[in-house]
Amino acid sequence: MSLHPSHDIGIWIAALLTLGIFSFLYRDNPVYKFCEHLFVGISAGYYVVLTMISSVYPNLFVPLFSSFAKDYHWLLVVPLILGIMLFSRFFPRGDWLSRWPIAFVLGVYPALRITGFGQGDFVEQIHGTILPLWVPGSIGTSIGNILLVVGLVCTLIFFFFSKEHKGALGGTARLGIYFLMVSFGASYGYTVMARVSLLIGRVMFLLDDWLGALRF
Amino acid sequence: MSLAALRHLDRRWIFLGVALLVIVPLLFSFHIAPVLPSNRSRGFYDAIEKLPEGSVVLLSGDYDPGTSAENYPMHLAAVRQLMRRNMRIIALALYPAGPPLTDQVLRIAGEEYHKTQGVDYVNLGYKVGNELVMSQMGQSIPNTFPVDNRGVAVNTIPVMKGIQNFQQIRLIVDISAGYPGTKEWVQQVVSRYHVPMVAGVTAVSAPEYYPYLQAGQLHGLLGGMAGAAEYEVLVGAPGLATRGMDAQSLAHVFIAFMIVLGNLAFIAGPKKGNGR
Repeated sequence: MSLHPSHDIGIWIAALLTLGIFSFLYRDNPVYKFCEHLFVGISAGYYVVLTMISSVYPNLFVPLFSSFAKDYHWLLVVPLILGIMLFSRFFPRGDWLSRWPIAFVLGVYPALRITGFGQGDFVEQIHGTILPLWVPGSIGTSIGNILLVVGLVCTLIFFFFSKEHKGALGGTARLGIYFLMVSFGASYGYTVMARVSLLIGRVMFLLDDWLGALRF
Repeated sequence: MSLAALRHLDRRWIFLGVALLVIVPLLFSFHIAPVLPSNRSRGFYDAIEKLPEGSVVLLSGDYDPGTSAENYPMHLAAVRQLMRRNMRIIALALYPAGPPLTDQVLRIAGEEYHKTQGVDYVNLGYKVGNELVMSQMGQSIPNTFPVDNRGVAVNTIPVMKGIQNFQQIRLIVDISAGYPGTKEWVQQVVSRYHVPMVAGVTAVSAPEYYPYLQAGQLHGLLGGMAGAAEYEVLVGAPGLATRGMDAQSLAHVFIAFMIVLGNLAFIAGPKKGNGR
Protein backbone atom coordinates (compact mmCIF):
# COMPACT_ATOMS: atom_id res chain seq x y z
CA MET A 1 0.00 0.00 0.00
CA SER A 2 1.43 3.36 -1.01
CA LEU A 3 0.10 6.86 -0.35
CA HIS A 4 -0.38 9.51 -3.02
CA PRO A 5 -1.91 12.47 -1.16
CA SER A 6 -3.93 14.96 -3.16
CA HIS A 7 -2.41 18.30 -4.21
CA ASP A 8 -5.88 19.90 -4.40
CA ILE A 9 -6.49 22.39 -1.56
CA GLY A 10 -10.24 21.80 -1.86
CA ILE A 11 -9.81 18.08 -1.20
CA TRP A 12 -7.66 18.86 1.85
CA ILE A 13 -10.28 21.25 3.26
CA ALA A 14 -13.05 18.69 2.67
CA ALA A 15 -10.98 15.88 4.25
CA LEU A 16 -10.10 17.90 7.35
CA LEU A 17 -13.74 18.98 7.78
CA THR A 18 -14.85 15.34 7.45
CA LEU A 19 -12.38 14.32 10.17
CA GLY A 20 -13.58 17.25 12.25
CA ILE A 21 -17.16 16.01 12.08
CA PHE A 22 -16.09 12.41 12.75
CA SER A 23 -14.32 13.59 15.93
CA PHE A 24 -17.78 13.81 17.52
CA LEU A 25 -17.81 9.99 17.64
CA TYR A 26 -15.13 10.23 20.34
CA ARG A 27 -16.75 13.11 22.21
CA ASP A 28 -18.18 16.58 21.63
CA ASN A 29 -15.37 19.08 21.04
CA PRO A 30 -14.67 22.61 19.68
CA VAL A 31 -13.40 21.30 16.31
CA TYR A 32 -16.72 19.53 15.72
CA LYS A 33 -18.63 22.68 16.73
CA PHE A 34 -16.58 24.77 14.31
CA CYS A 35 -17.25 22.36 11.39
CA GLU A 36 -20.96 22.19 12.24
CA HIS A 37 -21.40 25.97 12.40
CA LEU A 38 -19.39 26.45 9.22
CA PHE A 39 -21.68 24.00 7.42
CA VAL A 40 -24.88 25.69 8.66
CA GLY A 41 -23.64 29.16 7.68
CA ILE A 42 -22.42 28.20 4.23
CA SER A 43 -25.58 26.17 3.51
CA ALA A 44 -27.83 29.12 4.39
CA GLY A 45 -25.84 31.52 2.21
CA TYR A 46 -25.69 29.05 -0.67
CA TYR A 47 -29.44 28.43 -0.53
CA VAL A 48 -30.33 32.15 -0.57
CA VAL A 49 -28.04 32.95 -3.50
CA LEU A 50 -29.09 29.87 -5.46
CA THR A 51 -32.79 30.65 -5.01
CA MET A 52 -32.24 34.20 -6.25
CA ILE A 53 -30.22 33.08 -9.27
CA SER A 54 -32.21 30.01 -10.27
CA SER A 55 -35.79 31.00 -9.42
CA VAL A 56 -36.47 34.62 -8.46
CA TYR A 57 -34.39 36.21 -11.23
CA PRO A 58 -35.35 34.05 -14.29
CA ASN A 59 -38.94 33.26 -13.25
CA LEU A 60 -39.97 36.63 -11.77
CA PHE A 61 -37.67 39.55 -12.56
CA VAL A 62 -36.85 38.73 -16.19
CA PRO A 63 -40.43 38.21 -17.44
CA LEU A 64 -41.70 41.10 -15.32
CA PHE A 65 -39.19 43.71 -16.38
CA SER A 66 -38.31 42.60 -19.90
CA SER A 67 -41.71 41.52 -21.32
CA PHE A 68 -44.33 42.99 -19.01
CA ALA A 69 -47.20 42.98 -21.50
CA LYS A 70 -46.48 39.58 -23.07
CA ASP A 71 -48.35 36.38 -22.11
CA TYR A 72 -49.99 37.94 -19.04
CA HIS A 73 -46.58 38.50 -17.42
CA TRP A 74 -48.04 41.52 -15.66
CA LEU A 75 -49.83 39.03 -13.40
CA LEU A 76 -46.45 38.34 -11.81
CA VAL A 77 -46.91 41.64 -9.95
CA VAL A 78 -49.18 39.68 -7.58
CA PRO A 79 -46.52 37.18 -6.37
CA LEU A 80 -43.98 40.03 -6.27
CA ILE A 81 -46.21 42.04 -3.92
CA LEU A 82 -47.04 38.96 -1.84
CA GLY A 83 -43.32 38.19 -1.58
CA ILE A 84 -42.52 41.73 -0.43
CA MET A 85 -45.34 41.50 2.13
CA LEU A 86 -43.55 38.53 3.74
CA PHE A 87 -40.74 40.90 4.77
CA SER A 88 -43.21 42.88 6.89
CA ARG A 89 -42.44 40.38 9.67
CA PHE A 90 -39.33 42.46 10.36
CA PHE A 91 -41.52 45.42 11.36
CA PRO A 92 -43.73 44.80 14.43
CA ARG A 93 -46.30 47.44 13.47
CA GLY A 94 -46.98 45.92 10.07
CA ASP A 95 -46.24 42.25 10.59
CA TRP A 96 -49.91 41.38 10.06
CA LEU A 97 -49.31 41.94 6.35
CA SER A 98 -47.20 38.78 6.20
CA ARG A 99 -50.27 36.69 7.08
CA TRP A 100 -51.75 37.17 3.62
CA PRO A 101 -48.96 35.49 1.64
CA ILE A 102 -48.68 32.80 4.33
CA ALA A 103 -52.43 32.19 4.02
CA PHE A 104 -52.02 31.89 0.26
CA VAL A 105 -49.27 29.26 0.69
CA LEU A 106 -51.30 27.42 3.34
CA GLY A 107 -54.27 27.34 0.99
CA VAL A 108 -52.49 26.13 -2.13
CA TYR A 109 -49.96 23.70 -0.71
CA PRO A 110 -52.25 21.35 1.27
CA ALA A 111 -54.68 21.25 -1.67
CA LEU A 112 -51.89 20.24 -4.01
CA ARG A 113 -50.62 17.58 -1.63
CA ILE A 114 -54.07 16.19 -0.80
CA THR A 115 -55.01 15.74 -4.47
CA GLY A 116 -51.60 14.17 -5.12
CA PHE A 117 -52.05 11.78 -2.21
CA GLY A 118 -55.60 10.92 -3.28
CA GLN A 119 -54.54 10.03 -6.80
CA GLY A 120 -51.08 8.61 -6.18
CA ASP A 121 -51.55 6.76 -2.92
CA PHE A 122 -55.15 6.23 -1.91
CA VAL A 123 -56.75 5.16 -5.20
CA GLU A 124 -53.71 3.53 -6.80
CA GLN A 125 -52.74 1.58 -3.69
CA ILE A 126 -56.25 0.16 -3.28
CA HIS A 127 -56.15 -0.72 -6.95
CA GLY A 128 -52.76 -2.39 -6.43
CA THR A 129 -54.18 -4.57 -3.67
CA ILE A 130 -56.94 -6.08 -5.80
CA LEU A 131 -54.99 -9.20 -6.72
CA PRO A 132 -55.76 -12.80 -7.68
CA LEU A 133 -55.07 -14.99 -4.65
CA TRP A 134 -54.31 -17.98 -6.84
CA VAL A 135 -52.11 -17.56 -9.89
CA PRO A 136 -51.99 -20.84 -11.87
CA GLY A 137 -48.42 -22.01 -12.48
CA SER A 138 -46.81 -19.59 -10.06
CA ILE A 139 -46.95 -20.73 -6.46
CA GLY A 140 -44.52 -17.97 -5.38
CA THR A 141 -46.71 -15.19 -6.77
CA SER A 142 -49.80 -16.78 -5.20
CA ILE A 143 -48.16 -16.91 -1.76
CA GLY A 144 -46.94 -13.33 -2.17
CA ASN A 145 -50.41 -12.07 -3.13
CA ILE A 146 -52.08 -13.92 -0.23
CA LEU A 147 -49.54 -12.53 2.25
CA LEU A 148 -50.06 -9.02 0.90
CA VAL A 149 -53.84 -9.12 1.17
CA VAL A 150 -53.86 -10.85 4.58
CA GLY A 151 -51.19 -8.44 5.87
CA LEU A 152 -53.15 -5.42 4.65
CA VAL A 153 -56.44 -6.55 6.19
CA CYS A 154 -54.87 -7.55 9.53
CA THR A 155 -52.88 -4.31 9.81
CA LEU A 156 -55.94 -2.22 9.01
CA ILE A 157 -57.89 -4.09 11.69
CA PHE A 158 -55.11 -3.36 14.21
CA PHE A 159 -55.82 0.35 13.63
CA PHE A 160 -59.60 -0.15 14.03
CA PHE A 161 -60.32 1.23 17.50
CA SER A 162 -64.14 1.40 17.50
CA LYS A 163 -64.43 -2.07 19.04
CA GLU A 164 -62.37 -3.74 21.74
CA HIS A 165 -59.72 -6.09 20.35
CA LYS A 166 -61.13 -9.38 21.66
CA GLY A 167 -61.97 -12.73 20.07
CA ALA A 168 -61.54 -12.97 16.29
CA LEU A 169 -60.96 -9.22 16.03
CA GLY A 170 -58.22 -9.41 18.67
CA GLY A 171 -56.54 -12.38 16.96
CA THR A 172 -56.57 -10.61 13.61
CA ALA A 173 -55.21 -7.43 15.17
CA ARG A 174 -52.42 -9.45 16.84
CA LEU A 175 -51.51 -10.91 13.45
CA GLY A 176 -51.47 -7.31 12.18
CA ILE A 177 -48.90 -6.46 14.88
CA TYR A 178 -46.63 -9.25 13.61
CA PHE A 179 -46.84 -7.88 10.06
CA LEU A 180 -46.00 -4.42 11.41
CA MET A 181 -43.02 -5.83 13.34
CA VAL A 182 -41.66 -7.45 10.17
CA SER A 183 -42.09 -4.13 8.38
CA PHE A 184 -40.26 -2.24 11.17
CA GLY A 185 -37.45 -4.81 11.06
CA ALA A 186 -37.06 -4.38 7.29
CA SER A 187 -37.03 -0.59 7.69
CA TYR A 188 -34.39 -0.82 10.43
CA GLY A 189 -32.24 -3.09 8.24
CA TYR A 190 -32.44 -0.59 5.39
CA THR A 191 -31.57 2.23 7.81
CA VAL A 192 -28.44 0.38 8.94
CA MET A 193 -27.49 -0.17 5.30
CA ALA A 194 -27.99 3.54 4.56
CA ARG A 195 -25.80 4.69 7.45
CA VAL A 196 -23.02 2.20 6.65
CA SER A 197 -23.18 3.29 2.98
CA LEU A 198 -22.64 6.91 3.98
CA LEU A 199 -19.66 5.90 6.09
CA ILE A 200 -18.23 3.90 3.18
CA GLY A 201 -18.64 6.93 0.92
CA ARG A 202 -16.69 9.16 3.28
CA VAL A 203 -13.99 6.54 3.90
CA MET A 204 -13.61 6.09 0.13
CA PHE A 205 -13.19 9.84 -0.20
CA LEU A 206 -10.56 9.95 2.54
CA LEU A 207 -8.62 6.91 1.33
CA ASP A 208 -8.90 7.53 -2.40
CA ASP A 209 -9.41 11.21 -3.20
CA TRP A 210 -7.37 12.54 -0.25
CA LEU A 211 -4.69 9.94 0.48
CA GLY A 212 -4.62 8.08 -2.84
CA ALA A 213 -4.32 4.79 -0.99
CA LEU A 214 -6.93 2.68 -2.79
CA ARG A 215 -5.99 0.32 -5.62
CA PHE A 216 -9.13 0.58 -7.77
CA MET B 1 -15.79 -10.51 30.84
CA SER B 2 -19.34 -11.78 31.46
CA LEU B 3 -22.24 -11.22 29.08
CA ALA B 4 -23.91 -8.93 31.59
CA ALA B 5 -20.81 -6.70 31.68
CA LEU B 6 -21.34 -6.00 27.97
CA ARG B 7 -24.24 -3.79 29.00
CA HIS B 8 -21.65 -1.21 30.04
CA LEU B 9 -19.47 -1.54 26.93
CA ASP B 10 -18.30 1.86 25.73
CA ARG B 11 -20.06 2.48 22.39
CA ARG B 12 -16.82 3.83 20.93
CA TRP B 13 -15.50 0.25 20.72
CA ILE B 14 -18.40 -0.53 18.38
CA PHE B 15 -17.61 2.57 16.28
CA LEU B 16 -13.99 1.39 16.07
CA GLY B 17 -15.09 -2.10 15.00
CA VAL B 18 -17.34 -0.75 12.25
CA ALA B 19 -14.59 1.64 11.07
CA LEU B 20 -12.04 -1.19 10.80
CA LEU B 21 -14.49 -3.46 8.97
CA VAL B 22 -15.11 -0.67 6.45
CA ILE B 23 -11.50 0.46 5.98
CA VAL B 24 -9.74 -2.94 5.72
CA PRO B 25 -11.84 -4.40 2.82
CA LEU B 26 -11.46 -1.13 0.90
CA LEU B 27 -7.69 -1.02 1.41
CA PHE B 28 -7.06 -4.64 0.53
CA SER B 29 -9.94 -5.07 -1.96
CA PHE B 30 -11.07 -8.67 -1.50
CA HIS B 31 -14.37 -10.06 -2.75
CA ILE B 32 -16.75 -11.93 -0.47
CA ALA B 33 -19.60 -12.64 -2.88
CA PRO B 34 -20.60 -11.58 -6.40
CA VAL B 35 -23.26 -8.90 -6.82
CA LEU B 36 -26.42 -10.48 -8.27
CA PRO B 37 -29.08 -8.12 -9.72
CA SER B 38 -32.57 -8.37 -8.21
CA ASN B 39 -35.84 -8.06 -10.11
CA ARG B 40 -36.20 -4.50 -8.81
CA SER B 41 -32.87 -3.44 -10.32
CA ARG B 42 -33.57 -5.37 -13.50
CA GLY B 43 -36.89 -3.54 -13.82
CA PHE B 44 -35.02 -0.21 -13.67
CA TYR B 45 -32.57 -1.38 -16.30
CA ASP B 46 -35.21 -2.90 -18.59
CA ALA B 47 -37.41 0.21 -18.48
CA ILE B 48 -34.60 2.17 -20.15
CA GLU B 49 -33.59 -0.65 -22.51
CA LYS B 50 -37.15 -0.99 -23.82
CA LEU B 51 -37.37 2.66 -24.89
CA PRO B 52 -36.77 3.47 -28.56
CA GLU B 53 -33.47 5.23 -29.23
CA GLY B 54 -33.74 9.00 -29.14
CA SER B 55 -36.61 9.05 -26.63
CA VAL B 56 -36.86 12.02 -24.29
CA VAL B 57 -36.06 11.07 -20.70
CA LEU B 58 -36.48 13.34 -17.70
CA LEU B 59 -33.68 12.78 -15.19
CA SER B 60 -34.29 14.30 -11.78
CA GLY B 61 -31.30 14.29 -9.40
CA ASP B 62 -33.06 15.00 -6.13
CA TYR B 63 -30.17 14.58 -3.70
CA ASP B 64 -27.16 16.43 -2.36
CA PRO B 65 -23.64 15.50 -1.17
CA GLY B 66 -25.10 14.21 2.12
CA THR B 67 -26.32 11.04 0.39
CA SER B 68 -24.00 10.98 -2.60
CA ALA B 69 -22.42 7.70 -1.41
CA GLU B 70 -25.72 5.99 -2.25
CA ASN B 71 -27.23 8.20 -4.95
CA TYR B 72 -24.21 9.26 -7.00
CA PRO B 73 -23.23 5.74 -8.24
CA MET B 74 -26.79 5.02 -9.43
CA HIS B 75 -27.05 8.49 -10.98
CA LEU B 76 -23.82 7.99 -12.96
CA ALA B 77 -24.80 4.46 -14.03
CA ALA B 78 -28.23 5.68 -15.18
CA VAL B 79 -26.70 8.47 -17.29
CA ARG B 80 -24.26 5.96 -18.78
CA GLN B 81 -27.12 3.66 -19.82
CA LEU B 82 -29.19 6.56 -21.16
CA MET B 83 -26.29 7.87 -23.23
CA ARG B 84 -25.36 4.41 -24.50
CA ARG B 85 -28.96 4.14 -25.73
CA ASN B 86 -28.74 7.65 -27.30
CA MET B 87 -31.60 9.11 -25.27
CA ARG B 88 -32.32 12.84 -25.13
CA ILE B 89 -31.70 13.69 -21.48
CA ILE B 90 -33.45 16.57 -19.73
CA ALA B 91 -31.87 16.78 -16.29
CA LEU B 92 -32.97 18.87 -13.34
CA ALA B 93 -32.71 18.93 -9.56
CA LEU B 94 -35.17 19.69 -6.78
CA TYR B 95 -32.40 19.79 -4.14
CA PRO B 96 -30.42 23.05 -3.95
CA ALA B 97 -27.05 21.27 -3.97
CA GLY B 98 -28.10 18.86 -6.72
CA PRO B 99 -27.07 20.67 -9.95
CA PRO B 100 -23.27 20.35 -9.49
CA LEU B 101 -23.64 16.59 -8.99
CA THR B 102 -25.86 16.36 -12.08
CA ASP B 103 -23.29 18.38 -14.03
CA GLN B 104 -20.57 15.99 -12.93
CA VAL B 105 -22.33 12.77 -13.97
CA LEU B 106 -23.39 14.31 -17.31
CA ARG B 107 -19.84 15.48 -17.99
CA ILE B 108 -18.21 12.12 -17.10
CA ALA B 109 -20.66 10.00 -19.11
CA GLY B 110 -20.82 12.62 -21.89
CA GLU B 111 -17.06 12.34 -22.44
CA GLU B 112 -17.28 8.53 -22.46
CA TYR B 113 -20.06 8.45 -25.05
CA HIS B 114 -19.03 11.61 -26.97
CA LYS B 115 -22.23 13.51 -26.20
CA THR B 116 -22.58 17.27 -26.45
CA GLN B 117 -24.24 19.51 -23.90
CA GLY B 118 -27.28 21.21 -25.37
CA VAL B 119 -27.49 18.78 -28.28
CA ASP B 120 -27.77 15.42 -26.48
CA TYR B 121 -28.49 16.55 -22.95
CA VAL B 122 -29.31 19.60 -20.89
CA ASN B 123 -29.10 20.39 -17.19
CA LEU B 124 -31.99 22.69 -16.32
CA GLY B 125 -30.64 23.12 -12.81
CA TYR B 126 -32.48 23.71 -9.55
CA LYS B 127 -35.86 25.31 -9.07
CA VAL B 128 -37.38 26.13 -5.70
CA GLY B 129 -40.97 24.99 -5.07
CA ASN B 130 -40.96 21.20 -4.62
CA GLU B 131 -44.34 19.82 -5.82
CA LEU B 132 -45.23 23.18 -7.34
CA VAL B 133 -42.34 22.78 -9.78
CA MET B 134 -43.71 19.40 -10.88
CA SER B 135 -47.21 20.77 -11.20
CA GLN B 136 -45.97 23.76 -13.20
CA MET B 137 -43.95 21.47 -15.49
CA GLY B 138 -47.19 19.70 -16.36
CA GLN B 139 -48.33 22.95 -17.99
CA SER B 140 -45.04 24.08 -19.49
CA ILE B 141 -41.48 22.92 -18.95
CA PRO B 142 -39.95 25.93 -20.79
CA ASN B 143 -41.96 28.36 -18.66
CA THR B 144 -40.92 26.58 -15.47
CA PHE B 145 -37.27 26.50 -16.53
CA PRO B 146 -36.82 29.54 -18.82
CA VAL B 147 -33.03 29.08 -18.75
CA ASP B 148 -30.76 26.11 -18.15
CA ASN B 149 -28.10 25.78 -15.46
CA ARG B 150 -25.67 27.89 -17.54
CA GLY B 151 -28.20 30.67 -18.08
CA VAL B 152 -28.90 29.77 -21.72
CA ALA B 153 -32.53 30.29 -22.81
CA VAL B 154 -34.13 26.83 -23.15
CA ASN B 155 -35.99 27.75 -26.35
CA THR B 156 -32.58 28.06 -28.06
CA ILE B 157 -31.26 24.68 -26.84
CA PRO B 158 -31.52 21.96 -29.55
CA VAL B 159 -32.28 19.06 -27.18
CA MET B 160 -35.30 21.00 -25.84
CA LYS B 161 -36.85 21.39 -29.28
CA GLY B 162 -40.49 20.27 -29.25
CA ILE B 163 -40.55 19.76 -25.47
CA GLN B 164 -43.58 21.43 -23.95
CA ASN B 165 -44.72 19.31 -21.02
CA PHE B 166 -44.90 15.71 -19.81
CA GLN B 167 -46.61 14.55 -23.01
CA GLN B 168 -43.22 14.44 -24.72
CA ILE B 169 -41.48 12.62 -21.84
CA ARG B 170 -41.21 8.84 -22.34
CA LEU B 171 -39.69 8.01 -18.94
CA ILE B 172 -38.89 9.72 -15.65
CA VAL B 173 -35.70 8.59 -13.92
CA ASP B 174 -35.63 9.93 -10.38
CA ILE B 175 -32.58 9.65 -8.14
CA SER B 176 -33.98 10.58 -4.77
CA ALA B 177 -32.79 11.19 -1.21
CA GLY B 178 -36.18 12.02 0.32
CA TYR B 179 -38.38 15.09 0.08
CA PRO B 180 -39.00 16.27 -2.58
CA GLY B 181 -38.36 13.13 -4.55
CA THR B 182 -39.85 9.85 -5.66
CA LYS B 183 -43.03 10.05 -3.60
CA GLU B 184 -43.85 13.52 -4.96
CA TRP B 185 -43.07 12.55 -8.56
CA VAL B 186 -45.43 9.58 -8.24
CA GLN B 187 -48.17 11.63 -6.61
CA GLN B 188 -47.96 14.72 -8.79
CA VAL B 189 -46.84 13.38 -12.17
CA VAL B 190 -47.13 9.58 -12.57
CA SER B 191 -50.71 9.39 -11.32
CA ARG B 192 -51.83 12.50 -13.23
CA TYR B 193 -49.95 12.31 -16.49
CA HIS B 194 -49.29 8.53 -16.56
CA VAL B 195 -45.63 8.90 -17.42
CA PRO B 196 -43.66 5.68 -16.69
CA MET B 197 -41.10 6.10 -13.94
CA VAL B 198 -38.14 4.34 -12.31
CA ALA B 199 -36.42 5.45 -9.11
CA GLY B 200 -33.09 5.09 -7.36
CA VAL B 201 -33.44 5.95 -3.69
CA THR B 202 -31.51 5.94 -0.43
CA ALA B 203 -31.77 2.74 1.57
CA VAL B 204 -33.42 4.47 4.52
CA SER B 205 -36.32 5.58 2.32
CA ALA B 206 -36.58 2.45 0.14
CA PRO B 207 -39.27 0.60 2.18
CA GLU B 208 -41.58 3.57 1.64
CA TYR B 209 -41.51 3.03 -2.13
CA TYR B 210 -42.09 -0.73 -2.30
CA PRO B 211 -45.88 -0.25 -2.44
CA TYR B 212 -45.41 1.94 -5.54
CA LEU B 213 -43.33 -0.80 -7.14
CA GLN B 214 -45.88 -3.47 -6.23
CA ALA B 215 -48.74 -1.37 -7.64
CA GLY B 216 -46.90 -0.77 -10.91
CA GLN B 217 -46.49 2.97 -10.34
CA LEU B 218 -42.73 2.40 -10.46
CA HIS B 219 -41.22 0.09 -13.07
CA GLY B 220 -37.96 -0.38 -11.18
CA LEU B 221 -36.39 0.55 -7.86
CA LEU B 222 -32.77 0.79 -6.73
CA GLY B 223 -32.50 0.74 -2.94
CA GLY B 224 -29.32 2.22 -1.49
CA MET B 225 -25.76 1.22 -2.26
CA ALA B 226 -26.75 -2.42 -2.78
CA GLY B 227 -29.28 -1.43 -5.44
CA ALA B 228 -26.71 0.85 -7.06
CA ALA B 229 -24.16 -1.99 -7.15
CA GLU B 230 -26.70 -4.34 -8.77
CA TYR B 231 -27.49 -1.71 -11.38
CA GLU B 232 -23.80 -1.02 -12.06
CA VAL B 233 -23.39 -4.73 -12.82
CA LEU B 234 -26.36 -4.64 -15.22
CA VAL B 235 -25.02 -1.55 -16.99
CA GLY B 236 -21.64 -3.26 -17.25
CA ALA B 237 -19.75 -0.52 -15.47
CA PRO B 238 -18.85 -1.60 -11.91
CA GLY B 239 -18.03 1.53 -9.95
CA LEU B 240 -18.11 3.06 -6.49
CA ALA B 241 -21.11 1.07 -5.24
CA THR B 242 -19.76 -2.32 -6.37
CA ARG B 243 -16.42 -1.55 -4.71
CA GLY B 244 -18.14 -0.75 -1.42
CA MET B 245 -20.23 -3.92 -1.18
CA ASP B 246 -17.62 -6.03 0.68
CA ALA B 247 -17.21 -3.36 3.35
CA GLN B 248 -21.00 -3.11 3.51
CA SER B 249 -21.43 -6.88 3.97
CA LEU B 250 -18.81 -7.11 6.74
CA ALA B 251 -20.24 -4.13 8.59
CA HIS B 252 -23.72 -5.68 8.39
CA VAL B 253 -22.50 -9.00 9.81
CA PHE B 254 -20.77 -7.13 12.65
CA ILE B 255 -23.86 -5.04 13.46
CA ALA B 256 -26.11 -8.14 13.38
CA PHE B 257 -23.64 -9.89 15.71
CA MET B 258 -23.66 -6.92 18.09
CA ILE B 259 -27.48 -6.86 18.10
CA VAL B 260 -27.59 -10.55 19.09
CA LEU B 261 -24.85 -9.98 21.70
CA GLY B 262 -26.67 -6.94 23.05
CA ASN B 263 -29.88 -8.92 23.48
CA LEU B 264 -28.04 -11.79 25.20
CA ALA B 265 -26.41 -9.26 27.55
CA PHE B 266 -29.83 -7.80 28.30
CA ILE B 267 -31.28 -11.24 29.08
CA ALA B 268 -28.28 -12.17 31.25
CA GLY B 269 -28.37 -8.85 33.12
CA PRO B 270 -30.04 -8.10 36.45
CA LYS B 271 -33.84 -8.22 36.45
CA LYS B 272 -35.82 -5.15 37.49
CA GLY B 273 -38.88 -5.07 39.76
CA ASN B 274 -41.37 -7.90 40.50
CA GLY B 275 -39.11 -10.64 39.22
CA ARG B 276 -38.79 -9.12 35.77
